[in-house]
Amino acid sequence: MIAQPAPKPDIMARRDEIIAGLGRLVAPSALIHEALRLRPYETDGLPAYRQTPLAVVLPETTEQVAAVLKYCSQNGIRVIPRGAGTSLSGGALPMADSVVVGLMRMNRILDIDYGDRAATVQAGVTNIGITQAVAGQGFFYAPDPSSQLACMIGGNIGMNSGGAHCLKYGVTANNLLGLRIVTIEGEIIDLGGAHLDAAGYDWLGIMTGSEGMLAMVTEVTVRILRAPEGARAMLVAFDANETAGRAVDAIIGSGIIPVALEYMDRPAIHACEAFAHAGYPLDAEALLIIEVEGSIAEQDDLLARIAALCAPFAPLSLRVSQSAEESLAIWKGRKGAFGAVGRISPDYLCMDGTIPTGQLPFVLRRITEMSDDYGLKVANIFHAGDGNLHPLIMFDANLDGDFERAEKFGADILRLCVEVGGCLTGEHGVGVEKRDLMPVQFTPIELDQQRAIKTAFDPAWLLNPGKVFPLAA
Amino acid sequence: MPLDGLAPADEAGVASAVRAAHDAHEPLLVGGRGTKAGMLRPVQAARSLSTRALTGLTLHAPQELIVSVRAGTTVPDLEAALDKGRQWIISEPPDLSAILGEGTATIGGIVATNLSGPRRVAWGATRDHVMGLRAVNGVGDVLRCGGRVLKNVTGLDMCKLLAGSHGTLGVITEVTLKVLPRSESSGSVMLRGLDPVAAVAALSAALGSPYTVSGAAYVPAALAGRVMDGAGSVTLVRIEDFTPSVVYRLGRLVTDLAQFGAGTLLDDATSQAAWRAIRDAVPLRPDDGDAVWRVSVRPSAGPGVLAVIEAAGGHGYLDWGGGLVWVAGPPSIHEIVRQAAGRGTWMVLRAPEPMRAAIDVVPPEAQALAAITRRVKAAMDPRGILNPGRLFAGV
Repeated sequence: MIAQPAPKPDIMARRDEIIAGLGRLVAPSALIHEALRLRPYETDGLPAYRQTPLAVVLPETTEQVAAVLKYCSQNGIRVIPRGAGTSLSGGALPMADSVVVGLMRMNRILDIDYGDRAATVQAGVTNIGITQAVAGQGFFYAPDPSSQLACMIGGNIGMNSGGAHCLKYGVTANNLLGLRIVTIEGEIIDLGGAHLDAAGYDWLGIMTGSEGMLAMVTEVTVRILRAPEGARAMLVAFDANETAGRAVDAIIGSGIIPVALEYMDRPAIHACEAFAHAGYPLDAEALLIIEVEGSIAEQDDLLARIAALCAPFAPLSLRVSQSAEESLAIWKGRKGAFGAVGRISPDYLCMDGTIPTGQLPFVLRRITEMSDDYGLKVANIFHAGDGNLHPLIMFDANLDGDFERAEKFGADILRLCVEVGGCLTGEHGVGVEKRDLMPVQFTPIELDQQRAIKTAFDPAWLLNPGKVFPLAA
Repeated sequence: MPLDGLAPADEAGVASAVRAAHDAHEPLLVGGRGTKAGMLRPVQAARSLSTRALTGLTLHAPQELIVSVRAGTTVPDLEAALDKGRQWIISEPPDLSAILGEGTATIGGIVATNLSGPRRVAWGATRDHVMGLRAVNGVGDVLRCGGRVLKNVTGLDMCKLLAGSHGTLGVITEVTLKVLPRSESSGSVMLRGLDPVAAVAALSAALGSPYTVSGAAYVPAALAGRVMDGAGSVTLVRIEDFTPSVVYRLGRLVTDLAQFGAGTLLDDATSQAAWRAIRDAVPLRPDDGDAVWRVSVRPSAGPGVLAVIEAAGGHGYLDWGGGLVWVAGPPSIHEIVRQAAGRGTWMVLRAPEPMRAAIDVVPPEAQALAAITRRVKAAMDPRGILNPGRLFAGV
């Protein structure tokens, strides 16, 4: 287990006074401090780690957020920003002496401008909620993390969320135009707007992926895009990871950038097929889901080019979806992968390293060897176009030592990702989970430089402490 | 002041030069080949440090859409190397020699200024494609930021902080960029004679279409001769894709835009020449003493900005669907340009040196943000020796 900093005794001793102080800033219905009602906030999408916070506030306005942060800043109280609590890395894990500031009540769409292709929403709007708000006009918000039904745009900013379609459309940072943020001192600052370029330092860029450590986000302006005329997926199955990897190289090398290029290994194929009945071939060692966009004729042209590129690698099967419904079924298996693995294993850990795509066969071979060594099964899902690997390590938390072994196995996989030229996390964030691995990727000087940037925003380190950076020795 | 001082041959040389300057409390003018020395505020420094001797690719993995290149490599050299693998720099960085004087920009300078061309409207800015970089901070430490993979949220995104920081936070020594296959073909639809409001409505319709328009610009009649022969203003919409898609999508756009006027199709070569001119600010005709601004607003505000600066004696044209206004005119209209930008942003690309030293060259930040700017600067460059005052006086 990864250690958390000790609570500050003086804060714990002043609990009642702090709750009363917060009660003066928000309505009674927006303040939670009873043990039972605090329970839902004690963990996030990494439930192995739990800690009940001192209190939870659920502000409805930016001004309330500012008042709460100012109070916490003046009183030296740690603050845990929280969206939907879907972080897979423990990014919203509370501390015993912390106040969780949840943004789920700030869930209004504020402005949609189709001409300028921008939407401004409060931070607690869900990712899918933005697309739903603009879909009637044929538009969408591009980043689509698997948790998009639940996860909130504020949290997407914190983790710079990606998704299956970011090979073409980019991640959160690439689709962001403006932010309203609140500093730990309670200052409200607008960054960017509905325009494209920034003067001064790239505040949108450094805020995105900063895991709630620099400031809180209350409003977000994103780029909305007109949806393509259509999209269609194809499934290509191979007899070995090596051949599938070479096929991916051939596709990208040809100049085609599919809108999505997803990869599943044998255990993932079996788990997803049992769950979604998408017609995945069960005799394959590796399966690619390749999606292209455009008119029917454009789709046909691109899919034919891709089929020709795959042919030299002797695919076991190659199936082009004939309808939007069939494409949906194909995606249902992939998007339901976590749930599917959840059905065949009592618990699982989802890892998130990125590797240079050419290293895929080697990395999968090493993961298989490690899986044997640890005696834990693993299913691999991979955004093959951009190198983002999601090994799902299966374990049983009720077995003594199983979780610890799964954690060690995961850490070994992430070390391997860094060794081959990749990184610890592609889209889930460092959070608590990968915090102590940061020295694998960064030198002490590099980590200190990043800490100094954190200090420039949050001098007393009150915002989401205990995340991202290894604790001071 | 030219960049005629130190030009170390490697990153270690850059680091020791910065460390020496740090130890001596000596400010440095930091740059590449000095093509953008006339931008923003002048730097007061007795010595200069150039990255122009750091050249060459250190990694090109076409199948992984990744190239790593030393900062002093010129943009044409990088483009030529990528072209061999039929790839290009996604953000289409401009060559500003038409307004800043002859010279060849380095890729380090493009990243440090985060300058992007017409394709930015569809595919993102230069900073969006910086996957990794190496830089020397103001103490002389070498920092590796990001990495060489396409998706990476490990730690704070120091690449974004350094890209567009104009050499004030660190000296960029190497950049790793995401690159894409160059399109098989391209072409444009041209409409003539529209006024700016109608033009931006047409550009918005095109950018709001499902056809992945990768360029959307408007050049008023008085400047259009630098882009295209013939009379009247030019409104251009570009498609870059596989040949069948270019043909199909341009055809659909002609139909969809018919309500704004009869569209003419430009073939690949004609289209490329026109877009190169738009990218490089060629339509502007600044007199010797004139200033040049880049104003970024919400696209629908572009025509209003153009009207205001034309009324004040300046001239300009629109890119990014109306969201980028290139402006040239006498320095005396600076206040008017500033006001016209409204809630958007702006940057002084060129102006007489005394003027640049005396005015805001980018919008001043609100007090709370200005305080963060100063603290971030101090965190990266505690003695304030890297391009001091380039963006903001005293920072």
